[in-house]
Amino acid sequence: MSDKTANFVIFSALVALGLVAPFLFPAYMAQMTELWLFIVLALTWDLLGGKMGYNSFGNVVFLGIGVYATAVIQVALLYDVGAYNAARGGGTEFVFSAGDYLRGLALGLSASAILAALAAIVIGIFVLGMRGQYFAICTLGLGIAAGEIAGGWDWIGAGSGMTVPQPPADFPSGRLFYYLSLALAVITFVALTWVMSTRFGLAINAIRDDEDKAEAMGHYTTRIKVTAWAISALFLGMAGGIYGNLKRFIDPVDVAFAAPTIGVWMVLMAILGGKGTIIGPIVGAIIFQFTKEFFWTYLLGWQRVALGVLIVVIVVFFPQGIVGYIRDRRAARLIREKRA
Amino acid sequence: MTALLEVRNVTKAFGGVIANHDISLEVPKGKIIGLIGPNGSGKTTLFNSIVGYHPIDAGSIRFKSREISQMQVPDIARLGLLRTFQQTRIYGKMTCVQNMLISVSERNSSFVSLFTSQTGKGTKRADELLEFVGLYEKRHLPAGTLSFGQQKLLEFAMALMNDPEMLMLDEPTAGINPTLINGLIDRLKRANADFGITLFVIEHNMRVIMNLAEHIYCLAHGELLAEGEPDEIQNDQRVIDAYLGAH
Amino acid sequence: MSNIGLLIDAPILLVQLIIDGLLIGAVFALAAYGMALVWGVMKIINICQGEFVMLGGYVAVLLSEAGYSPFIGVPLAAVILFILGWLLYKTIIFRIVDHDLFISILATFGLLIILQQLMNQVFGSDVRIADSGLGTWFAFGGLVTISQVKVVAFILAIVLAGGLVYFLKSSRIGQAIRATAQNARAARVLGINTDHVYAVTYGLNAAICGACGALVAMAYTIHPYIGLPYTVRSFMIVVVAGLGNIVGVILAGLGLGAAENVAGFVLGAEYQLAFVFSLLVIVLVVRNWRLARKREYLK
Repeated sequence: MSDKTANFVIFSALVALGLVAPFLFPAYMAQMTELWLFIVLALTWDLLGGKMGYNSFGNVVFLGIGVYATAVIQVALLYDVGAYNAARGGGTEFVFSAGDYLRGLALGLSASAILAALAAIVIGIFVLGMRGQYFAICTLGLGIAAGEIAGGWDWIGAGSGMTVPQPPADFPSGRLFYYLSLALAVITFVALTWVMSTRFGLAINAIRDDEDKAEAMGHYTTRIKVTAWAISALFLGMAGGIYGNLKRFIDPVDVAFAAPTIGVWMVLMAILGGKGTIIGPIVGAIIFQFTKEFFWTYLLGWQRVALGVLIVVIVVFFPQGIVGYIRDRRAARLIREKRA
Repeated sequence: MTALLEVRNVTKAFGGVIANHDISLEVPKGKIIGLIGPNGSGKTTLFNSIVGYHPIDAGSIRFKSREISQMQVPDIARLGLLRTFQQTRIYGKMTCVQNMLISVSERNSSFVSLFTSQTGKGTKRADELLEFVGLYEKRHLPAGTLSFGQQKLLEFAMALMNDPEMLMLDEPTAGINPTLINGLIDRLKRANADFGITLFVIEHNMRVIMNLAEHIYCLAHGELLAEGEPDEIQNDQRVIDAYLGAH
Repeated sequence: MSNIGLLIDAPILLVQLIIDGLLIGAVFALAAYGMALVWGVMKIINICQGEFVMLGGYVAVLLSEAGYSPFIGVPLAAVILFILGWLLYKTIIFRIVDHDLFISILATFGLLIILQQLMNQVFGSDVRIADSGLGTWFAFGGLVTISQVKVVAFILAIVLAGGLVYFLKSSRIGQAIRATAQNARAARVLGINTDHVYAVTYGLNAAICGACGALVAMAYTIHPYIGLPYTVRSFMIVVVAGLGNIVGVILAGLGLGAAENVAGFVLGAEYQLAFVFSLLVIVLVVRNWRLARKREYLK
């Protein structure tokens, strides 16, 4: 079975399972929703990290922009955002009907996508000129700075955070978020796989393999890099909008711009699954989410320490990831067979 | 008639070391021009200056009558001036075919056209050029798994794929098995004669460059020492001294 | 931002802020020097640099709470952290020394999380100090307070830095370290046990950070989350000063301390971290832009 077929089969099976999962495991719907969002995070990270060789610790900036943009639009359509946040989630005058809520969500997600992509373009022009560890650390700084700055901006709730508009109590929001996230994961996978099948995908790989050579052959590498980041940000922004609504409450540093947690987790997911491969980030996201839930349930108190240990173990002993490992094994077997 | 490439009084220093001092030369269209000189004489630095890898301190570089010394690397490449590298640079994790496909010239395409299928334009030509350099059988292998000599051929094929007007080759026969060198020289000559590509070649192998080039420049200690036909250069005492003398 | 008005009305406030900033700046510089050491010798950017500082701080805090003088914490933290650094090298770091730089960033980030969360679990996230028992001086007619322990910390940091430079120049292991930094393969060929050099370097860096941490605990405060800002400060200082430049590191450290303190006052305490991380981004972007004009980039 070729790689392409294998990927298609795995992905289709996953989607099929995903469509029925809320009926099979209703108690875990929130975690499964998160899993679909994590898949988006891992796929978009890998576009830059695995396929282009630019390891970003700051993709969480676009997630956070999406988180806040959607919530702000949801509020702004009906009420004054400043007043809403000053009321700190209390106050019964801020009510949202089901219709209001859906309209706000739809508009908010669209705005999140666009704003995040624009931010990627602006930031990318400045930051994508540096390479390797400088790019990695610069983006880490961006991620944390964004959280700290958001934590000081009163209009969006500053350090006290922002309550996301709630639909009426009988609204099936759990199901909505689940299927929205699933849809976003599917769209993201299809879109990014298509991108990698184009000449643009070749260009991205060329930048990873030898950026100077690509330039010497006439490629406008800055344009390509910024576009790749903008594409990632587009989906990250939407993921953020859904994530904020899922969490119901936005803390600038723990939910929106969670650089030392979510920002690093997306890197780990891609590496765990197989950096640079098509299906790897998905595999990594699934395994990571299961592991994380396991840690949070059974290692309470020490779950973050366990996660740190996991990061070290994977990065040091298993950097090629699962798909990478399978590929290496297959290549070794082919060589053995050729020799025999 | 103005030459395709005109280098006038180019000077480049790194820190306190003057790598190129007041160098002037020209490469006429359609010719094969050689650049020789002992190690450290500034040949690769001159190449780097011409293709825009670093800015020059003084002088002018004109390609197709356009001043290119202030231009960025991709823009110069898009004008039709390409170079190959001494250490041979290819895209290691991509297959040979993919290396070729991404080397198709972009100069007449829009940025958006990058979002077209990989198996569109150029697949036939990629196969032909890989055949031309003898790499057709290995075309689906990752380029990084090829031997050094094969990678050099791939780099050459990639350059041809880009339809350059002028190709600057930095030591194209270095590290190649002597029995394969004739094949490479042959292909270079064909690229010049059949495809009309002007060649500017740095070489250490005297047999190769005397055979290949119509006119040769010799650098030493960062300066232009001598120039002339292969016969003249071979018998020029200054050139002999530069190569045999320690300093 | 209204605090700028305060500064203009009472410029003596600026003097206070700058003095305080310079005093902590020496500690920043010392921690940065340790990071430069590991970076130059092992080609690793040690993201858990700040965690070593934090751990050293807790040594001093525990000593102080047990009734001893926290000044003992400075050498004690250095010893304990040296051992920890050595052990970390022997178990984890040695595996990533010759690898992809990105792997080393991610691995040391993992270590950061382990150490940070471990301390958070054990000690809780409260702010702690180590009481040094020293008082304050007053200058400019009582308008500027200079905490004596901060001055002691400043002096000790400079002394330690000087001692470090001397150690690297004159001791055999110091020379081996410098040789390995210049060319590891050549050093190996000449018989230097580079693995041993790496272990000592990493342990030495941890020791330096531990000492810094003890100073910080006495002169300021510590809690489990002070690590990453210290890592970022060290990185910024090294980027601005360059790897081999001890004078540059000290000046950059002092400058950063002063700038941070003034910014913290002008922008408000809740923006101090935002300032540090934003400054990192700005420093890197400006550096890269200047290189781009020579058609280079940060590498």
